[in-house]
Amino acid sequence: NNKLQNSELFTLTYGALVAQLLKDYENVEDVNKQLERMGYNMGIRLIEDFLARTGSGRCYDFRDTAEKIQTGFKIFLGITPTITNWSAAGDEFSLCFETNPLTEFVELPDHCLNLKYCNILIGVLRGACEMVQMEIACWFVQDQLKNDNVTELRVKFIKRLEDAIPAGED
Amino acid sequence: MTIHNLYIFSKNGTLLYYAEWNRLNKSGITKEEEAKLMYGMLFSIKSFVSKISPLDPKEGFLYYKTSKYTLHYFETPSGLKFVLNTDNATQNARELLQQLYKEVYLEYVVKNPLCQLNEPIQSELFKLKVDELFKKSPLFLSRSI
Repeated sequence: NNKLQNSELFTLTYGALVAQLLKDYENVEDVNKQLERMGYNMGIRLIEDFLARTGSGRCYDFRDTAEKIQTGFKIFLGITPTITNWSAAGDEFSLCFETNPLTEFVELPDHCLNLKYCNILIGVLRGACEMVQMEIACWFVQDQLKNDNVTELRVKFIKRLEDAIPAGED
Repeated sequence: MTIHNLYIFSKNGTLLYYAEWNRLNKSGITKEEEAKLMYGMLFSIKSFVSKISPLDPKEGFLYYKTSKYTLHYFETPSGLKFVLNTDNATQNARELLQQLYKEVYLEYVVKNPLCQLNEPIQSELFKLKVDELFKKSPLFLSRSI
């Protein structure tokens, strides 16, 4: 019962959200921050949907994580980013998007050149990974909205979070 | 086959939900104390199993059984813990717990923005759906015991 929808409605709703934030904050840096925060709050819930649908267990290693993130994009946005540019230590990789449903019909005006339009994705990834005991950092290296050929999202493994221990007896 | 009771714990040990159907023996302590005791035991079993296992414990702790009842345990990678007590004849309780996660918890808690994820679940709809799921399950044969 996975409801399929046309992505245009989603694209435009997201556009409306970003436009509203730009109006509310005026400062582009603040908008970037808010988008990430909203993404984080989505990510911590979205991970449950992902886990329930895929039935996947914890990741064996970071390569496994990369593939699962890729699967996530397939499920939730209907796109399959390519995984490339692994760092030698295997703790960093890039996701490259040829197409991105978030940025269809979008052009950045001149006063918004510092806007990270898709920053919500960064929050989503961070929130989702945190829920499975993994701290990551991610950021955009290339952006089609800034005339790059592809949109490239860099993901870096920071550390494994420890399992919570039960609260002590009062 | 009989289902006795159900506990849901969050990743940091908060009792999110408790429900019981056929429970004859009361613990004699408050629900809060009982939940702490239960969580503490599960936590110990988990670390015991992962330390003592001679092979890589892929799924870890699954269930334990006494002469009277079986405790089934299902933990998601995100740390949610579902615990179900049934009689010893019940099998497949794990599937039921997975179904509970996927069809009830996900739909009526995670997708309800008014439900906080780390606090006891207040949603009436959730309670109703849990009850429905269990009562229609073939594992639920409500004999008067």
